[in-house]
Amino acid sequence: MLSVNLAGVTLKNPVMTASGTYGFGREYNEFYDLGELGAINVKGLTLQPRLGNVPPRIAETPLGILNSVGLQNPGVDKFIEEEIPFLRQFDTKIIANISGSTMEDYLAITQKMDSADVDLLELNISCPNVKAGGMAFGTCPATVESLVSAVRKETKKPLIVKLSPNVTDITEIARAAEAGGADILSLINTLLGMRIDIRTRRPILHNNMGGMSGPAVFPIAVRMVYQVSRAVNLPIIGMGGISTWRDAVEMMMAGANAIAVGTALFRDPMAPIQVRDGIEEFCREQGVSNVSEIVGTVRPY
Amino acid sequence: MAETNLCAVLSCRALTKTHFELCLDAPAIANAAVPGQFVHIACGHSHLLRRPISICETKDGFLRLVFEIRGEGTEWLSRRKAGDVLDVLGPLGKGVFPLFPEDPRPVLLVGGGVGVPPLLSVARARPAHVVLGYRNEAAMILYRDFLASSDTVMIATDDGSVGTHGTVADPVSRLLEQNDYCAVLACGPKPMLRAVADLAKGKNIPCFVSMEERMGCGVGACLVCVCKTKHGDHEHNSRVCMDGPVFSADQVVWE
Ligand SMILES: Cc1cc2nc3c(=O)[nH]c(=O)nc-3n(C[C@H](O)[C@H](O)[C@H](O)COP(=O)(O)OP(=O)(O)OC[C@H]3O[C@@H](n4cnc5c(N)ncnc54)[C@H](O)[C@@H]3O)c2cc1C
Ligand SMILES: Cc1cc2nc3c(=O)[nH]c(=O)nc-3n(C[C@H](O)[C@H](O)[C@H](O)COP(=O)(O)O)c2cc1C
Ligand code: FES
Repeated sequence: MLSVNLAGVTLKNPVMTASGTYGFGREYNEFYDLGELGAINVKGLTLQPRLGNVPPRIAETPLGILNSVGLQNPGVDKFIEEEIPFLRQFDTKIIANISGSTMEDYLAITQKMDSADVDLLELNISCPNVKAGGMAFGTCPATVESLVSAVRKETKKPLIVKLSPNVTDITEIARAAEAGGADILSLINTLLGMRIDIRTRRPILHNNMGGMSGPAVFPIAVRMVYQVSRAVNLPIIGMGGISTWRDAVEMMMAGANAIAVGTALFRDPMAPIQVRDGIEEFCREQGVSNVSEIVGTVRPY
Repeated sequence: MAETNLCAVLSCRALTKTHFELCLDAPAIANAAVPGQFVHIACGHSHLLRRPISICETKDGFLRLVFEIRGEGTEWLSRRKAGDVLDVLGPLGKGVFPLFPEDPRPVLLVGGGVGVPPLLSVARARPAHVVLGYRNEAAMILYRDFLASSDTVMIATDDGSVGTHGTVADPVSRLLEQNDYCAVLACGPKPMLRAVADLAKGKNIPCFVSMEERMGCGVGACLVCVCKTKHGDHEHNSRVCMDGPVFSADQVVWE
């Protein structure tokens, strides 16, 4: 009832984790078996290990957060050596989220991941927390198309392109990614935001600005998934503020074929499981035989 | 398997105008906790993030927490009443206070402000001398509790209203001169931790500090709560929630 197909890869259910909120799964495996989820999307990887930004790296906002982690990760080699064998013990799909600060970085990391034992690659061209690269790649359609097509040539694995919401027209970027050869689109990454401590007149985040996520961004994410699903012919992984199964169903009706849970984990480590169970219950109640039947079924005025 | 716990509030009372003591019925957490660990508490539906609060003491399945109102989350917490139910994640943290069970020498505990509470469970568990730093006389939380378990408890206040006028540095260096300690364990503001770590280093005594950082998940997955540490010749951003909150002071890169 819950299985979904994304570019030839079958997920047992449409619920995955959002990159960067779940580490490599080790911590949440203390709460439930990782095999309960459709896929695990791991912390954003770079060619070399990265220390990330100076803390504070998190600020609370009305029903949301800002983060400025800055892609702290052990580097792709260590991931391949230590984390893939761990994740492979579980009956779930592995998505490797990859970032670079130059075109060469992106190509080199893609080559390494192509021969690694992961199921899908997610090209992060939307990280707002690193100075070079990241979001800079994801906000100009011509750059997106050339980067995606260059990366496309380096791998046979299904390629997800993760879009930044920090653009005027997300459908332009989505079409550019499709033209470059993306198999799947995922959205949204975080929205650039800022908070200031009025006593010290200092930003809360040491990086001054950071990426906003959590329930507060949910309507924006729904809108963008809706727009993008109508602009391209690719499956979509919808995320941004999903914290309940109702949010997940809404996101799927807007056009998402699968969904990711991120910030909601900080409140409730069990959130992805509850989302999955709620979707199943909803399908049963609605007489839906496979969850994919609800995708894009919103009836706009 | 780990889980969040719904815990009944047994009591919530003011210790000072801004400090509160919360007692929770939390057997699963209390029975598993060791000194230095913390819990991550959901503070109502209008706050997305949980708030980290140190475990002050555990007894017979009860959890005692002492906190100061700093913002909206702790203010919400201070208004809980007996019978209310809290959503508590914990006990958290794998970096904890070492207790040196084989060593008969006392440890020196140094606490500042809301860094005082987590040291109480150490003072209850083994011989200890204690230095507590407060803003003023009115802010002297848990003083009597420490007096009940240690025969040496010294105070420093910022305004000189009680004990040494100024920081904990003076009493700490005096005690380090006079006694042989197996270790110094400290929790409080960063400048205090750094000063204490320097004093301990000068005496070649191992020092452990409990670090504070803003947190997201609280379980080690999101990497927002980091503290820079050194391991041989390479530096790493360790997770305060998982690798800490207590770190060996000579691993901490002070910045
Ligand atoms: C491991 C650990 C143990 C702690 N133990 C205690 C304790 O026993 N007693 C006590 O009074 N305080 C303790 N603190 C500090 C306490 O967590 C903060 O005072 C509290 O989170 C402030 O929340 P707020 O909503 O009142 O403030 P706000 O400023 O409204 O909080 C906004 C956000 O910033 C975070 N934040 C703000 N200040 C701090 C801070 N100093 N440290 C960490 N996060 C912060 C909050 O958690 C929240 O996410 C501890 C902190 C840590 C990291
Ligand atoms: C702490 C944190 C770290 C993140 N790190 C990454 C990352 O490494 N790569 C990436 O593509 N997205 C990253 N994101 C973005 C999330 O994957 C997701 O797109 C976004 O948070 C919106 O979903 P949410 O509201 O459910 O969290 C991060 C988000 C958070 C909160
Ligand atoms: S709060 Fe998420 S890693 Fe520490």
